[in-house]
Amino acid sequence: MLPKTEIDVAHVAKLARLNLTAEEAALFQRQLGRVLEYAAKLRAAVVAGVSPAEENEEDAGETPATTPQREDEPRPWFTAEEALSNAPRQSNDLFVVPKVME
Amino acid sequence: MKWSDLPALNVAELRAALRSRQLSAREVVEALRDRIAEIDPRIDAYLSLDVEDALTQAETVDLDLPLGGVPIAFKDIISVAGQPCTCASKILQNYRAIYDAAVVEKLKAAGAIVFGKTNMDEFAMGSSTENSSVKLTRNPWDLTRVPGGSSGGSAAAVAADEAFAALGTDTGGSVRQPAALSGVVGLKPSYGRVSRFGLVAFASSLDQAGPLTKTVRDAAMILNAIAGADPRDSTCRKESVPDYTANLDRKLRGTRLGLPKEYLTDGIDPQVRRAVNAAVKHFESLGAEIVEVSLPHTEYAVATYYMIASAEASANLARFDGVRYGHRAENPRDLLDLYGRTREEGFGPEVKRRVILGTYVLSAGYYDEYYNRAQKVRKLIRQDFVEAFGKIDALISPTAPEVAFRFGERSTDPLRMYLADVFTIAASLAGICGISLPCGFATSGEGTELPIGLQVLGKPLKEAQILQIAHGYEQSTDWHKRKSPLAKENAERRTPNAQS
Repeated sequence: MLPKTEIDVAHVAKLARLNLTAEEAALFQRQLGRVLEYAAKLRAAVVAGVSPAEENEEDAGETPATTPQREDEPRPWFTAEEALSNAPRQSNDLFVVPKVME
Repeated sequence: MKWSDLPALNVAELRAALRSRQLSAREVVEALRDRIAEIDPRIDAYLSLDVEDALTQAETVDLDLPLGGVPIAFKDIISVAGQPCTCASKILQNYRAIYDAAVVEKLKAAGAIVFGKTNMDEFAMGSSTENSSVKLTRNPWDLTRVPGGSSGGSAAAVAADEAFAALGTDTGGSVRQPAALSGVVGLKPSYGRVSRFGLVAFASSLDQAGPLTKTVRDAAMILNAIAGADPRDSTCRKESVPDYTANLDRKLRGTRLGLPKEYLTDGIDPQVRRAVNAAVKHFESLGAEIVEVSLPHTEYAVATYYMIASAEASANLARFDGVRYGHRAENPRDLLDLYGRTREEGFGPEVKRRVILGTYVLSAGYYDEYYNRAQKVRKLIRQDFVEAFGKIDALISPTAPEVAFRFGERSTDPLRMYLADVFTIAASLAGICGISLPCGFATSGEGTELPIGLQVLGKPLKEAQILQIAHGYEQSTDWHKRKSPLAKENAERRTPNAQS
């Protein structure tokens, strides 16, 4: 178990691909510090031998749901025009992104 | 029926008038349009409204369908083809949905008219609708107070008689809590009962869509239309959908109602506690048996929820990157600069906080400590309910620890805002169903009446049972007949016309 709840907001914001101003980072540092302090109460819960809840678990504690499958068949879906209708930048029926390779 | 009386009708009454052809769908849409034009400048429940489109739908709608001709408003997180779907976020400010959500398809198939997108906390993160990037929505009972959230626009619209019914989404209480604070009925179906296809995802292991209505019967009518399997949402349950209106009038004699002792502790507004205690007595007078039960892990629910919901949100909101839709930062240096600035400019403070919190609890070194531990505690919370439901048919509690609060009262302290959901969150974590309905009024310091909500929680997929319990209470009390001052004002102004 980690010794204390310390979050480095500036670092985590980088992981989240989210730029913050210095003021925001300082504010969130304080606020999230308090939230994590509150969350530290989870350490008091007795979870030895408990398996984590599954995302798709049946809630009544019955048999777990299986992941549904469907046939891998083409079906009517969006046209390129529809899919691009909200694109902030597009060209030749494609989304435009900044260059990712030199 | 007089034109101006029309918006005060509930869905069942409106349907009776449409079915018997006393009203046309066009008249209904026009009356509602006029009502919104008159009242919404003071409430600000709606983000967008397409009157032309609603009138076009009214032309061809089949009035013999179960919801034929009934206009329904949608929280702006639910996709309606061709309409904005902003999630009250700057990042989606110019976004238009290109397809209908499953709930929209199903309501249209039942004859409903899609009319209006309602305000909300940005990406459904909040409990007061103050996190909307667009505007504040005011509580029709007291315009200086919040309507609750995150489905605050839907709740306020129904409470002000500027919607017959609305759809919201509930991740940790976002249908039930605003219903309580705005004095209407709000139903959160069991996890998987209603397809989420076409809802903008916030926390995928928790999100559910549900109706906000004037009466319990109306909620049952809407659930009839939206419940059921959908192959496009892999979490959707396949169990058959009963007619939720069929047994509403069944007597409550012998029903066993659990009172969770952890839900009636300190920190509850004394007026809320009094109203809930009176509701308990009332249920006894209806022949229900009250059993005290324990949900021992309740104290961990809020912390568990914020770990899990934030983690899932950080993953779900990764899609907002400035490439395929939504806001995009100008002149990016490179891809990371595009992501970082697009999200900085597009997200509001609460969304940023949760994305950071979620990223943190999922990051290497902290995953076990926070996320994994929270998932284990979630299991314990579920087991609490399974155990309680072995002895009882449903649970009753306050929906929220207090009544509608003032603007700004909570928004500077995120943790305090999170605690507004203390009674709704555990049910969300357990995936069970719940409903909030009016059970009394508190008096504010300024003498305004503020609604109090009673929550009824039921076993998974037992929506019919909680609807029946809620209906039994509602129909033997008068709370649901009270109209908010803004709805009443309309009625009073009409009086001279009535005599002419």
